[in-house]
Formats: sequence, C-alpha cells, structure tokens
Amino acid sequence: MYSFDIETPKTVADAVAALGKEEAQPLGGGQTLIPSLKARLAMPSVLVSLAQIDEIKGITEDAGVLTIGGGTTHGEVARGAASYPALAALAGNIGDPAVRNRGTIGGSIANNDPAACYPAAALASRATIVTNTREIAIDDYFQGMFTTALEETEIVTAVKLPIPEKAAYMKFEQPASRFALVGVFVAKYADGVRVAVTGASEEGVFRWADAEAALSGDFSASALDGLSVPADGMITDLHGSGAYRAHLVAVLAKRAVAAAA
Amino acid sequence: MPKDHGIGAPQKRREDVRFLTGTGKYTDDINVYGQTYCVFVRSDVAHGRIISIDTAEAEAMPGVVRIFTGKDFEDVGGVPCGWLVTDRNGEPMKEPRHPVLAQGKVRHVGDPYAAVVADTLQEARDAAEAIVADIEELDAAVNMKAALEPGAPRVHDDLSDNLCYDWLFGSDQDAIDKAFSEAAHVTTLELVNNRLVANPMEPRVALGEYARANDESTLYTTSQNPHVIRLLMGAFVLGIPEHKLRVVAPDVGGGFGTKIFHYAEEAFVTFASRKINRPVKWTSTRSEAFMSDAHGRDHVSKIELALDGDNNFIGLRTDTYANMGAYLSTFASCTPTWLHGTLMAGNYKTPAVQVNVKAVFTNTVPVDAYRGAGRPEATYQLERVVDKAARELGVDPIALRRQNFITEFPYATPVAVEYDTGDYGATMDKLEEMIDRPGFAARREESKARGMLRGLGVNCYIEACGIAPSNLVGQLGARAGLYDAATVRVNATGSISVMVGAHSHGQGHETAFPQVVAEMLGIDESMIDIVHGDTSRIPFGMGTYGSRSLAVCGSAMVRATEKIINKAKKIAGHLLEASDADIELKDGQFTVAGTDKSVAWGDVTLAAYVPHNYPLEDIEPGLEETAFYDPSNFTYPSGAYACEVELDPETGRVTIERFAAADDFGNVINPMIVTGQVHGGIAQGVGQALMESCIYDEDGQLISASYMDYAMPRAEDMPFFQVDHSCVTPCTHNPLGVKGCGEAGAIGSPPAVVNAVLDALNSGGHSVDHIDMPVSPHRVWQAMQG
Repeated sequence: MYSFDIETPKTVADAVAALGKEEAQPLGGGQTLIPSLKARLAMPSVLVSLAQIDEIKGITEDAGVLTIGGGTTHGEVARGAASYPALAALAGNIGDPAVRNRGTIGGSIANNDPAACYPAAALASRATIVTNTREIAIDDYFQGMFTTALEETEIVTAVKLPIPEKAAYMKFEQPASRFALVGVFVAKYADGVRVAVTGASEEGVFRWADAEAALSGDFSASALDGLSVPADGMITDLHGSGAYRAHLVAVLAKRAVAAAA
Repeated sequence: MPKDHGIGAPQKRREDVRFLTGTGKYTDDINVYGQTYCVFVRSDVAHGRIISIDTAEAEAMPGVVRIFTGKDFEDVGGVPCGWLVTDRNGEPMKEPRHPVLAQGKVRHVGDPYAAVVADTLQEARDAAEAIVADIEELDAAVNMKAALEPGAPRVHDDLSDNLCYDWLFGSDQDAIDKAFSEAAHVTTLELVNNRLVANPMEPRVALGEYARANDESTLYTTSQNPHVIRLLMGAFVLGIPEHKLRVVAPDVGGGFGTKIFHYAEEAFVTFASRKINRPVKWTSTRSEAFMSDAHGRDHVSKIELALDGDNNFIGLRTDTYANMGAYLSTFASCTPTWLHGTLMAGNYKTPAVQVNVKAVFTNTVPVDAYRGAGRPEATYQLERVVDKAARELGVDPIALRRQNFITEFPYATPVAVEYDTGDYGATMDKLEEMIDRPGFAARREESKARGMLRGLGVNCYIEACGIAPSNLVGQLGARAGLYDAATVRVNATGSISVMVGAHSHGQGHETAFPQVVAEMLGIDESMIDIVHGDTSRIPFGMGTYGSRSLAVCGSAMVRATEKIINKAKKIAGHLLEASDADIELKDGQFTVAGTDKSVAWGDVTLAAYVPHNYPLEDIEPGLEETAFYDPSNFTYPSGAYACEVELDPETGRVTIERFAAADDFGNVINPMIVTGQVHGGIAQGVGQALMESCIYDEDGQLISASYMDYAMPRAEDMPFFQVDHSCVTPCTHNPLGVKGCGEAGAIGSPPAVVNAVLDALNSGGHSVDHIDMPVSPHRVWQAMQG
C-alpha cells in the first residue's frame, strides 16, 4: 500500500466535496479497492470512505419497487430483501461472510466487475441507478467491463429495483475466485421477461435478447430449447473457454427459469 | 471404553488452546530491537540477462539502510541441494549454482536480484520500486519436453543442456523386455501430475539477528527442521560454525513440505544482519509465496502395465519427466527418484518393474517435496493404470487388485525396498465394508433420476515413511543422516521436558509425544512438555517431513525414556534397599517385586537432584538422558481408498458425495490426531484432483499467481470423510510399531477421485479413458464433447 489520507464524511454532500480533491477516490466496502491498494495497483492521495453515510444505507419498499441504499452491505440485502427473494439469495451467495459484511451494492454496481453478481440482478430487474446528481436507467448504465455511466465525483446513493413476479439467479462459480464463471438472472414482469448474463462476455454484463423474447411468450425452461449465445466475444481463460461459457449461459438460463417458475 | 490416558487415547490437542485463542507465537510475531525490514526485488520475466542494476536513486531514499545485489554474494556459497542423484551413466547430476541473489541472469519469475533493507517496510517497498534494472529478456525454457530439445534455451549457461539427470532404476532390461514380450495385454497411460503451490496458511518469514560482541547469529524462520537449516546455511552458504549460529522455528502455520527447504531469503537476512549489524526481517506476501515457495509435483509420465492371460501383473515400466524448476531445491533431486521410483511396485507382486526419470531444468520456480513427495506421483500413475487395465479387460477393479496383492511379508520389491509388514486384503475388506458397495447401483439410479452421473473409484496405496537408514541413504546420495534425537529431562519434582528434533507445525506432537512417555512411566501427561524448534534447546535432529516424526524421533524418545527408567530403577533400588533388577515401575510407583515396599516417581526424581541418600559412588546425580535413533528401514503404511462422485453432465461439475479411507498405520498413539491428519491429507489430495493447478504460459509467466486463479479447496468442497485405521500390522522394526500417517491422505486420494470421475463418465455413455488433474468442470465438459 502507498500512504494516503482518508476522509470519513457523514453526508453525501460532504463526500462529494471530498471527492473534489486531487487524486481522490471513493471507498465503498473496499472488497475490490483494498486488495488493489495492498498490491500497490492503485495510489489515490485521498480515500473518501462512504461507510459512515447513513443516508445511503437501508432497504425500503414502495409500490412494488425496492430501494436499496448504495451503502447497504450484501449481508444486509441478504437479510433484509425478503420481498425480493431472488435478490436476497444472490446477495447471500456473494463471496464469504467477511465480504458480505463489508461489500456494498453501490460499490459493486459502480465497479462493474464483469464477473460480479449484482450487475446481472440490476440489469434483469430494470433497475434505476440513483446518484447524487441524477437517476440513470440501467440500460444506459453499464458500458463494458469496469465501465459505467458514472462521472468522476458521482456516488451511487441507491438502486431502485421493481420487484418482478418471478425471478431466479443461477451462478456457476469460477473454482478459484468463486466469482461467477457465468451467472444468469431471469426476471419475469407482467409485460415481459428480462435475462441478464454476467461472467461470460468480454463486454461485461449483457441481456440475452433471444431468450427474453422466447420467455416472454412462454415462461418455461423448454422455451429456451435450441437457443444459444454465440461463443464469439465470450471470455476464454484458465477456467473455461468461450465455448464452455456460451454453453453454460444456456444451461443456467434454463435452470433459472425452472427455479423461478 | 477408549483409554483416556497414554498410548491409544484420543486426547484433545493441547497446542490448540493457543492456536485457537490467538496466542500462538509465529515468526512474524517476533520483533527485536533495532529491527529493519527487507523487500526483495524479484524478476518479472522468466529468463533474462542482467545488464545493469542501478540502485543510486533508491539508496538515497528515506530510511534506506543498505541495498544488496548478487555482487554482494560473490564470496559466499550457493544455496545447496541435499541429495546427489547419480545418472544412469554413472555421472553425478548437474548441480548449477544457486546464488542467494541472482548473478548474471534471472531464471524464473520471482527470482530475486536485489534486496532493500530499510527502517520501515513502507520505506523498503518505496525504495525497491526506485531500483532500475536493465534486464534483457531471453527465450524461456518452460515445457519440459521442449526444454530437452536441441537448441532449447539453456536455463544455466554453464551446463550443456537442461537435463539434470536421467535416472534408471529397478529390474534389469532383459526382465522388463521379457515381461512385455510375453504379455497377453498391455495397458498404457500417459498422464500429468499437476504442479501445485503448497499454500500453507502462514507465509514464510525470516528474521536474522546478529550479536557482534560475541559474533553470534540467530535466525528465526518458518521451518520444519531448524537443525537442517543451521547445517545447510551455516556450513554451505555463509560459513558460520554451529556454535555461533542458532536457528529458531517457533510456531509454524503449516508446512506441507515447502518449509523443509533452505531458502535464499533465510541466508539473506542472516547475511545482511551481519553486514549492517542490525536485525533484518522479511515477511513474504502471499503473492511472493506463489513465486518463491518451492512448488510441488509437476511430473509428466507414461506408464505401461503388462498382464498375463490370467490378469496377473507381470511387468511395469514408467517414464517420467520431472520438473526441477530453475534451481535445485534442497530435496528436489531425491523426490522423483528415491521417493518415487522405490514405491512404483505399489501393493502388487509385479515381478519386473523399471522406472526412468528425466529431471529437467526450466525457467520456473524450483519444485520440491510437497505432502507425499514422490509417493503420490507413483501411486497416481500406478492406480490409474490398474483401473484402466480393469476397464479394458472388463474385470472388476477391486478383484484385479486383490488378485495381484502382495500377501507375504517381508517382501522385497523389484525396486529395492523391503516391505516389513502389511495386510492389503484386510484394508480392502474394511473399505468394502465402509462404502456399501452393494448399495451403489441404487445410488447411481437415484442420481440418474436427477439427471446426474454417479461414479465409484477405488485405489490402494503404499507409502514409505521415515526415510532411513543413514548408511543406506548415504550410498544413495543423501548428504545428511536421517536419524533423529530426543533428550528426556526429568526435573527434581518429577515433571519432564522432552527436547525433540522433530518439529510440530500441525501434527500435534505436543499432545501425542507426552502420551508415549506417560504410558512408559505411568504418570500423567500433564507432567510432560515437549520442547522443539530451537537449535539451542534441542538435540541435533532432522525435523519433520516424510511422516517421520513418531517413527524416528518418537523412537529416539522411547530409547531415552528407557534409559531414564533404568537409572530411576537403580535409584529406587537404593532407596528401597533392593536390587534394581527386582524393581518394577507401574502407575508411577517403584515397587520391589513381590512386596508392598515402594517409592513414588517423585521421590526418586527428587533423590536424583537432592542426592543426600544416593549411591553417588555408582551413579551420577541427575536424571536426563539423550538417545539418537537411526531406523533400520522405512515404515510402510498402506491402505485402500474409495471415492463416490456425482457429475453434472450439463456443466461438467463434479461433487464428492462419499469418501472412505481404510488405512494401516501400524499402532496408533492418538487416534483423534490421526483422523485429523487423514482428513487434511485427503483435502489436499482432493484439492489436487479437482481444483488446484499452477499454470505457466509459454513465456514462463505464472498465470495462476493468486487465489483469484489458483483454486484452493474449501470445507464446502469436501464430504464428511469416513476414516478407519483399525487394520493394524505393527511396524516390525521400531519400538512403538508405528508407521506414520501425515501424508497418506494426500497420497491415497487423487487416483480414487479421478477413477470415480471416469467411472461416472463411462457409465453415462461417454467413452473417456483418461482425464488429467485437476478434473475441473471445464475439463470434464471438454472430455464429454469427445
């Protein structure tokens, strides 16, 4: 680690002000940033911890929309999102208890790791990303791996997720990191189905349009028979080829539908 | 009712009180006045010529005490190898120099070429980043077979090629040729024994301290064998005589073999502390551990089994390429030869066995012993080819094994060792009882109903522990003796300190060893403590590796305790006015046989130290004895293992549903600790079979360099193990009749797992006769694609 100063603002306004300093960087739960700092892969002058900002914590529900504060930990979502069981289950399977007690939904969504779980949930759930300056529709938010629509001093203050009629997430773990080698989130709404895939693509999380179309007419696993995603553009690494990942997308999508139906 | 004291009692581990309450004292917990911190600058290329190293800017940075490079080590020795293997042509193995810091070339990613010593760790790291090295990258030798091709990049310029040795061992050529020419069936298998990173929970740490006034050095280090480190570093690298060098290995958080070896970092901190006259500490990061701890396994083998028309094994030959990495680590040369070739007969009476091993230098981290060391590689080859033969011949894999078991002991194998005792049929009987084989078909059907494939795999193993005797291993190339030593110091009030050469880093010696002495003396274990890990406090013993501690050091402890008993009986005889020949020791009381005259243990020990009423003319005061024990043979634990897997044909994911181990460890001192050792061994074996893999790319970059890509097994990956060690054929040549249990699980489990996966695949209509470890979901899926 290089040395740095740390700021611990209590309000979003103070955090935004602190992020205006030169080479300042926000620190959510730190589950990605702290290991990077320890490996000297990042050298911010100022770390602005968001951990003490109460106004971005907590889970509320209103008119079928779940609003989760950006500073809410995975553990809190696992325990507190009972009205959206598929999301609670997803949160309860991220990392291990230590990760779940520190890592936050805002941090995960802002980081947009191509193998993270939350991006799939947000994309499938038609989420709205709320920041200190605006609201961003999820279809405009993810812009390729580790890239989002967020500006430099923008903080994810909340994620709004309309609760679907049915939903399920299936994660196939990468054996070492236990991140998603492939993860598929299926969410059925009254007016259609969304299928979001994480872990697989070189472009990061994506929607599988063919599957959405098929499932919107017939929400059953068999509706996906014969459908597949192309292996081109899928990640190939130590743990699986692009062809294997493409194969898993179809397998996991069916399983997610079966689990949700 | 099980015993609660002495030999055979499942006593809870007393050392766990400090480990589980956070009060263990590990090397990194030791800090001394004036301590500096060291950071190594390591090569980020696999192979390169050092053109220049500019340290000027770094030297001027805050807190920097001194910066060292390879030039500083030109006048000291290289890190030595502990075993000289002789080539099939009678030539000694090639033994290139291994400088403490790289000289001329860097030879693997992680090879240290400079080191910064500074007041703080932060300052040392900052300065390390300011060192400017001009290193001309060279083509790397990575793949072993390619490294032996003419024109391959040479790891060491002063050697003619990358072949360390070409070793041929076992039956003579005519016997082998005859067996294969007469065979009714030959089964052939080519396989890889995957390279592993040991990953003990505690990374390596070394702290060197120098007392200039009396010219004494102390090295605190994470070692399994402090006396071996003192010997190797003192005599071969730095030229410090034993009485001026103390090596302390305090609590050590797991070794698994990788903390046996003498490492350059240990020599560095000792050397540097003498140069700057301040203590120097190095604590490995986990990232450094991946690129500087000796790796394990990494064999590529071809094995052929010849059977006659009645399915008797009549010949076996194997050819192995064994990776040495860039330099020879302490036992690197002996692991694929004397710890591998000698076990190639396995549990079978195959009359002709021949083993060829080509050891190869590559631009990778040195490879050396890892839990099992050579024996897992032998077992894996053999038990995979036997299973393949059963499948090819359409015979039951257990029946084929039973038919070929060695049944008479002692048995001299064609690969030079003599098994003293064993009963392979008994452990297989026990295994079959444990696994409910008749119920397997129903379990398979139940899996099938859920769309899953179920497979059952079995294997046997034999291993050799407590490598010895010294005069024999000396002929084979060992550069040290392989005895061990113990001093039993009885104090005036009867309490006892036992100073042992063995080192405990997870084995539970502090609990099990006192059980032996308590049993012999008839006193409570709470009166006995074990002292280990400090060359200034323990006799010269060889430490802990190869499942040797109880068989070798425990035997020394028994011999020393026998001396104590003999002397104590003389003192008791004097106190009781009887002949010592008439004195009996039972339950801590010395009694004159056939009388009610007795004195207690404490009376005798007090008399020894307060010798007012004492036969001073005949015996010395005090009660302290030392014994050295050099075994006459290895011990040969054996067993039979079974694994039942479920395989998801859609994803390729394999889960272990059942795992059973029936072991013969000879006599057992603490069955609970033995069970724990087997659990840990199986977890590592399953880790190798399903998950762990150390991967280099073609340029010699270490791809699996962190836990993001190196898959460590976790508790959730393991089933509840069924473990049994009730089959006992006591070792015939050590006083306790013990054989050793530390490595068995890691040796016996990988073939069972892979055999089970192949059984599952073939039962599902996938004709797959080989799959390499780790059997990852991706590999299984690929195998199913044909």
